[in-house]
Amino acid sequence: MVQDNTDNWLLRVRGLTKIYGDPISNSIAYTGPKFGSNICPETDAIVACAEIDFDLYPGEVLGVVGESGSGKSTLVQLLYFDGEATGGEVYFRSFEDGDTNILRVTNQKKRYLRNHLMGMVYQNPRDGLNFKFSAGGNIAEKLLMANEFNVGRIRNRASSLLTQTEVPVERMDNAPATFSGGMQQRVQISKAIANNPPLIFLDEVTTGLDVSVQAKVLDLIRGLQQDLGISMIVVSHDLSVIRMLTDRTMVLKNGRIVESGLTDQILQDPQHAYTQLLVSSLL
Amino acid sequence: MIEAKKFQQAYNYGFIDESTKKEIRRKMLKAVAIPGYQVPYSSPEMPISRGWGTGGLHATLSLIGPDDTFKIIDQGSDASVNACNLRNFVKRMTGCKTTFDTADATIVQTRHRIPEEVLTDKQIIVFQVPQPEILRGVERFEFKTRQMHAEADYAKMWVSLYESYVKFGAIMRGAGYPVKVNGRYIMTPSPIPRWDVPNLSHSDTLHVFAAGREKRIHCVPPHTLVEPLEFEDVKFMVEKFEGIRCSVTGEGDAFMDEIYEADGGRKHVINDSNFLDKLKLGGRPNQRLFVNPS
Amino acid sequence: MKHFLEVRNLSKNFLLHILNDKHIPALEDISFSMDQGEIIGLTGKSGSGKSSLMKCVYRTYLASGESMVYDSSTFGPIDLIEATEHQILRIRKEEMTYCSQFLNVIPRVPAVEIVAESLLVKGVAENEAFRRSREFLERLGLPAELWDAYPSTFSGGEQQRINVARSIISQPRFLLIDEPTASLDQKTKDVVIEAILEMKRSGTSVILITHDEYTLTKLADRELKLVGGRICEAEAATA
Repeated sequence: MVQDNTDNWLLRVRGLTKIYGDPISNSIAYTGPKFGSNICPETDAIVACAEIDFDLYPGEVLGVVGESGSGKSTLVQLLYFDGEATGGEVYFRSFEDGDTNILRVTNQKKRYLRNHLMGMVYQNPRDGLNFKFSAGGNIAEKLLMANEFNVGRIRNRASSLLTQTEVPVERMDNAPATFSGGMQQRVQISKAIANNPPLIFLDEVTTGLDVSVQAKVLDLIRGLQQDLGISMIVVSHDLSVIRMLTDRTMVLKNGRIVESGLTDQILQDPQHAYTQLLVSSLL
Repeated sequence: MIEAKKFQQAYNYGFIDESTKKEIRRKMLKAVAIPGYQVPYSSPEMPISRGWGTGGLHATLSLIGPDDTFKIIDQGSDASVNACNLRNFVKRMTGCKTTFDTADATIVQTRHRIPEEVLTDKQIIVFQVPQPEILRGVERFEFKTRQMHAEADYAKMWVSLYESYVKFGAIMRGAGYPVKVNGRYIMTPSPIPRWDVPNLSHSDTLHVFAAGREKRIHCVPPHTLVEPLEFEDVKFMVEKFEGIRCSVTGEGDAFMDEIYEADGGRKHVINDSNFLDKLKLGGRPNQRLFVNPS
Repeated sequence: MKHFLEVRNLSKNFLLHILNDKHIPALEDISFSMDQGEIIGLTGKSGSGKSSLMKCVYRTYLASGESMVYDSSTFGPIDLIEATEHQILRIRKEEMTYCSQFLNVIPRVPAVEIVAESLLVKGVAENEAFRRSREFLERLGLPAELWDAYPSTFSGGEQQRINVARSIISQPRFLLIDEPTASLDQKTKDVVIEAILEMKRSGTSVILITHDEYTLTKLADRELKLVGGRICEAEAATA
């Protein structure tokens, strides 16, 4: 009686795993929340994340919460190819109609995925922006990767993106080092959405900003999400950020998903002991 | 044949031993086969310091034979100290003929210029290259630049051109303007002026770029497309010498040196000394002139 | 007959791991049904489970029990206990609105924008959405100089009005509303009641929690009284 459109996913992740060091076959079995550690007792291999399964749907905002070392940043870094996954499969509807495991494609294709179909906003603007280039140059880099070789059009697009993210356009040719922290994050966001990707990752974007700037950046992200319908994966240790931005949330501990559900359900009716502890610590 | 013509018994013909020359020639062939790709080579010790034209000598001495005629220029001049010394060295080590006349030479070694006179398919031009990695300015790690070449990931190069346009209103690169070879690799043409860059494309001559200190050889074979990087709306331009005449010959349409006089005035002289000499004698050799887009 | 919402033997137990796996029963054996256009008033003392029941319907709480079949306009009859998260999100976006007692919004967003947002997500044009939002805030008597201010600095009653405004302006098909008239003056109360009755006439079904006798008699077709997490049978109907 119910028609479910579960085949409509945008990103499908199955068994995503990242292990540093020498894994043995038992490394995954002997680590995780049950053992309270992600270090393999036999080989000292670090299981940064393992057995990660989830689907992301078009236009959806998915939160990833967890404490430091829970593997939440690793998770998005693997998906954005900042690191190489040890195992697992990831399918992305916008790429070859979701038939290809994007973890196993050539570097050129990964670059294409990163630059055309994904965007990333890092906690530290120095990871996402090239401080040698101007703010406009940083956005130009993304556009050039998408084979836009017309300076006039590049500058038009860059200035409209900066307007959209509320960065004064007259600062376009200035170096990001001369910008405030909040403004650097806005430039990063402009860069991330420059090629209209269907999916962007936000890794602790508001951490380290002062409270008033945080609120504006959150509002900006929320607005962009509504205007552009981009799917987002939002990584944060801050439950208020998760509450304000996301539809669904996954809770990570020791590299595993301990619980996932609708964000309000996770925050108000947490099922797992760790989530209950996390939520009860919310200020 | 070469053994019979050994010039000085103490040294091998052409200073470098035969097996090393063979290795350099093999690397050169590979560079010809993959236009614009930087091939690592052995870069043997020479009796001059690295960075003073050792790469050029490696290439020249590996290619040269007793029947060759050798010309070497430095910034367009046959008579500069560096050019003279290298010419004497090559002559002593190989017994080849040497010449100032561009048309007579079979091998032209050069630093910072391509002769104005059109080179033919009977000639090879060898460039002394200080920094073969065009991406070094935007990426300091060698393993990353190699990866960028392998994946044709040149966005950073393009951004640096964009930034140059934003700062100066034009793509400002005095020398070593980045070019795309055969639609694939981006390479440095060595620090030649923009004026010379268009002459690399679809030329009859083999161009060998050798960097002794960096141990890399790259080539542009004859009849190969070489495109300077340019935007759709910001085009590549060569240096403008409009209305400027050579103060010696009164001629234009050549790369000019600017000379300051004692009274503070300026005058221009054609940079290519052999070209200048030929103009003085009355004949103007064939040139390939690039017309800037309007 | 097919009901708009049919709840059968619904229960909710909290298992608190951080209190040595303590069980806290919140709802037990709840069964009721409602029809399209009906307003059900949930009453009972604090802690009797009114909000829990509402949150179970909205799926903020994961309930157990036999079934909770909602006649969705998108999916047809669907069991809200079993529905996937994506179905719930879709129903929330297109059909069901939950209005809590407290305003919970992104800081530094102007009041009128918060209200307009619920229209914008439904695809109303920007100008139209803002015009209607201002109109509605005016009706609720929110001073015009506050429309472009940030609600976190507002008084309780002002926040309440914005909260109610953003929930009912988009005319959801199914409204869950918690204490809409608390801390409002009589005049504004009447405006809110009239707005909800207007929605009812156009077919909206409402589950309402209120302690206010006036609001209850004005709005509710039926009262469900909860005592200790169970429906108290004695007072099944008022209207």
